[in-house]
Amino acid sequence: MHADSNTETTQGDGPSVVRTKSDRILSWLISTPLILPLMTFAIILLVWELGTKLFNVPTYVLPPPTRILEGFDAVSRARWLEHIWATLRVALLGYFVAIAISLPIAIALAKSRLMSRAIYPLLVVIQSVPVVAVAPIIIVVLGTDDAPRIVITFMISFFPLVVSMTTGLMATPAELLELSRSMKATSWREIIHIRLPFAVPHIFSGLKISITLAVIGSVVAEFVAAEKGIGFFIQFSTSMFKLPQAWAGLVVLICMSLLLFQLVNIMQRIFFSWSLPKEK
Amino acid sequence: MDVSLSVSQHEFVAVLGPSGCGKSTLLRLTAGLLMPTGGSVKVYGFDVQEPRDDIGIVFQQATLLPWASVEDNIVFPAKHMRGRVSRRDRERAHELIASTGLEGFEKRLPNELSGGMQQRVGLARAMFLNPQILLMDEPFSALDALTRDAMGLELLKLWQSSPKTVLFITHSIPEAVLLADRVVVLGERPGKVVADYLVPLGRPRSEDAIRSPEMQDFIGRLRDLLIKRQMS
Repeated sequence: MHADSNTETTQGDGPSVVRTKSDRILSWLISTPLILPLMTFAIILLVWELGTKLFNVPTYVLPPPTRILEGFDAVSRARWLEHIWATLRVALLGYFVAIAISLPIAIALAKSRLMSRAIYPLLVVIQSVPVVAVAPIIIVVLGTDDAPRIVITFMISFFPLVVSMTTGLMATPAELLELSRSMKATSWREIIHIRLPFAVPHIFSGLKISITLAVIGSVVAEFVAAEKGIGFFIQFSTSMFKLPQAWAGLVVLICMSLLLFQLVNIMQRIFFSWSLPKEK
Repeated sequence: MDVSLSVSQHEFVAVLGPSGCGKSTLLRLTAGLLMPTGGSVKVYGFDVQEPRDDIGIVFQQATLLPWASVEDNIVFPAKHMRGRVSRRDRERAHELIASTGLEGFEKRLPNELSGGMQQRVGLARAMFLNPQILLMDEPFSALDALTRDAMGLELLKLWQSSPKTVLFITHSIPEAVLLADRVVVLGERPGKVVADYLVPLGRPRSEDAIRSPEMQDFIGRLRDLLIKRQMS
């Protein structure tokens, strides 16, 4: 009886809750991508701008966004591109070196307990070395061209890659490995056909962490010794007390990191869409 | 584990037993994936010394390759053993797709399929090399009851059209009785054969077959046996 009358009420009122105009705007805001984060961002910028003006914050403490925008005009566009290219080149080269070196290491770690025992502690030691502290030494040893910077970038970005790749290579279902054994497949085919593809989701989480680390590595290297690059530009600008343009350099770095990160995301979506979690 | 068991060619044997009695171990010994610590495992009179490639294995989970289409999953044994997939292999896959009821799903990815459909692909993959021996490790136990029965009957149809020796591990008594020629019951630690019955039921079978009073009786006897073992 009770259940019956309940059903009637819901049928009478219709399946959805009564909607007012403000309800509809709210659900539109939530369902439209990017609109809410952009609004948040705009509000922060506005508060930042008004706050710094209102309280007369000195530019060297915190320049208002409009001053940072002017900072972009401090050097020519060609010069900006030169700096960006210097940083980007080192970051990408170091990143690719890190990928090329971590993959065989990860395969060795996953395949052989002997190798895993022998190499892994060494990797942890390398990871524990504060790269920022070693950077000057590396620069002295390897000279002042791209090579030492690539090494520094590699050192900062390779560990997450090794760990994620090894975890991925070990994450293969045991049954599939049994199946592979029962087919007497070669160890090489086991890796290429089963282990490596199964590792793809893990590898991509490593790739995403490492790409942003690679940018950091590139900047750290420029702090130590460089005559070009965004990191160099920021250091140079602060030493000249030109804070707005240093902030502009920072904005460029953030954009670079975000773009590279998104690029890795897009790669995964295009070439390995099966490895993404199912969208609800 | 001390199991003595011999299986004739093209016999369908179901192995029943409580969990932990070594059913899966038995299957892996037969496949050559595990080596016995004592005694011997013989297939066609020869000791099993290494993994065999003339067997098909179906696992509890379909364990398909998530990046490969249904068709690519079925031809995987060819690719994995020989490194390439020939046109003949594709044709073979299409035969299996037809006989396992997967038409229209050739290009789908595993995560777009239901559990039952996934296990069909697993079965087709195991049949791909036309093995003489089919080892099935609780293949339908992850499926819902209705799908499970339907899959069992389809397995029988496949088995009848291309006879194979089947070692079918399960913990469902009705499933064992419906499918097998012979039901072997393993006891709990130490695993050993506590009963070995021929199923008094002709072929071909349908689901109605096991509803007869005699069969219910047979199922009841098996159940008593298993419960008594578990109590003691």
